[in-house]
Amino acid sequence: MSTPRPSTSFKFRGGSFHALVVKPELPIDAWFADIDALLGRSPGFFAGKSVVVDVSGLALTKQAFLGLLDELSKRDIRILGVEGANPSDLDGRVPSLARGQAQRPEPVEAPVTQPPVPPVSSMLIDAPVRSGQLIVHPDGDVTVVGSVASGAEIVAAGSIHIYGTLRGRVLAGAYGNQRARIFCRRLDAELMAIDGRYIVADEIEPHLRKAPVQAWLDGDELKIITMT
Amino acid sequence: MAQVVVVTSGKGGVGKTTSTAALGAALAREGERVAVIDFDVGLRNLDLVMGAERRVVFDLIHVVQGSARLSQALIRDKRIDTLFLLAASQTRDKESLSDDGVERVIRDLRPSFDWIICDSPAGIERGAALAMRHADLAVVVANPEVSSVRDSDRIIGLLDSTTDKAKRGEAIEKHLLLTRYDPARAGRGEMLGVDDVLEILCIPLLGIIPESKDVLHASNMGSPVTLNNPGSGAARAYEDAARRLRGQQVPVVVPSEKSTLFGKLLGRRAA
Repeated sequence: MSTPRPSTSFKFRGGSFHALVVKPELPIDAWFADIDALLGRSPGFFAGKSVVVDVSGLALTKQAFLGLLDELSKRDIRILGVEGANPSDLDGRVPSLARGQAQRPEPVEAPVTQPPVPPVSSMLIDAPVRSGQLIVHPDGDVTVVGSVASGAEIVAAGSIHIYGTLRGRVLAGAYGNQRARIFCRRLDAELMAIDGRYIVADEIEPHLRKAPVQAWLDGDELKIITMT
Repeated sequence: MAQVVVVTSGKGGVGKTTSTAALGAALAREGERVAVIDFDVGLRNLDLVMGAERRVVFDLIHVVQGSARLSQALIRDKRIDTLFLLAASQTRDKESLSDDGVERVIRDLRPSFDWIICDSPAGIERGAALAMRHADLAVVVANPEVSSVRDSDRIIGLLDSTTDKAKRGEAIEKHLLLTRYDPARAGRGEMLGVDDVLEILCIPLLGIIPESKDVLHASNMGSPVTLNNPGSGAARAYEDAARRLRGQQVPVVVPSEKSTLFGKLLGRRAA
């Protein structure tokens, strides 16, 4: 008699994930020519990415649909699932995704050319930033534990945080982010900019000098207030 | 094995050469074997301040290019026999200094000295870069004024990124030597205070040298101030700085307006 195995409990949970959605267009041949052109320019475009194929509104025959899957796998495009297809057309080759079987075709959309969302990371600098140093961080926030000297410059895609005196130039949201902000413990900056809107030392109100402040963009205007 | 020290500042006229000579002489007087090297090729001055200008036969360029041996080019000081000078060439330019040549000179000097002090030219170009490249330790010379402090900040950034030690991932030791400090003007707010400078530069203080006629006088006499007038305030400040370089704990005293006023009064009485 075998001993009964301890019961294993399975865990299931729902989750949502990001995936690249490709939406083929008719005629399919011309669409594949575009895909090939894209792969010619950047061969690794689909590498390592999970791809969902959205065929809603295309009204493909089962044969045409299976041909489409073959053509995609020939190009090493890994298909996670299909959206908008008749489950019986799939032959069990790929899972059908729940959403949008009754969706109407969306006329102007080219999801293939949408750039993937860039990963957001922050940069931590644990030393004073010296005159002449240029720090460029195109991916996110920059935090400096120390002062930023006169003649130093920090350029960040996101917000900039200075735990010290800011004497140099800082450009936050430099790649087009109006929500970026600038924080510093003591303001003595030469220039502050958010998403291209800037203010130079002469324009900073005297009562803000040497004070802890934050700066943000209110419409087209760069605003600064003290923080206590 | 010698410690290689670079005396640097970015800005010109703040007292690099004077400080190189004064620190070198102060260390040598304590019995250390010291070589001072003038890297300001084309605008040499260290030989004048050391009083050796009439004895220069071969210089740094000759040694770098292999046309003279180190032993031929090192000039022994007439007053202290553990102090040596390697002069710069006045007729050449800084392009004559090759990377390999400078590296070889420093490597050959290291075993026979305790201290190798490199007097950097002003600026951040080739001459200054070569003077700092092999340094173990930097003495950053600054005057208490904004332009000098900003240039020093730039130099500290370069020390942290371009020296051999920094490239090996090690931290280069940096010390601030605040020169031409005038307590009366600092008191009136016409100069940056010591705390302001330290707050901006964030490096330890090696010493504060008061503004003094003795320094100029000593330079004109061709003698480091620590030898020419050892009792003067500037000389004592340099001697204390040299002791701190050797690792001794000597408290830093900020020259105060009071003592100089008192000194002036006394000076007048005696005159």
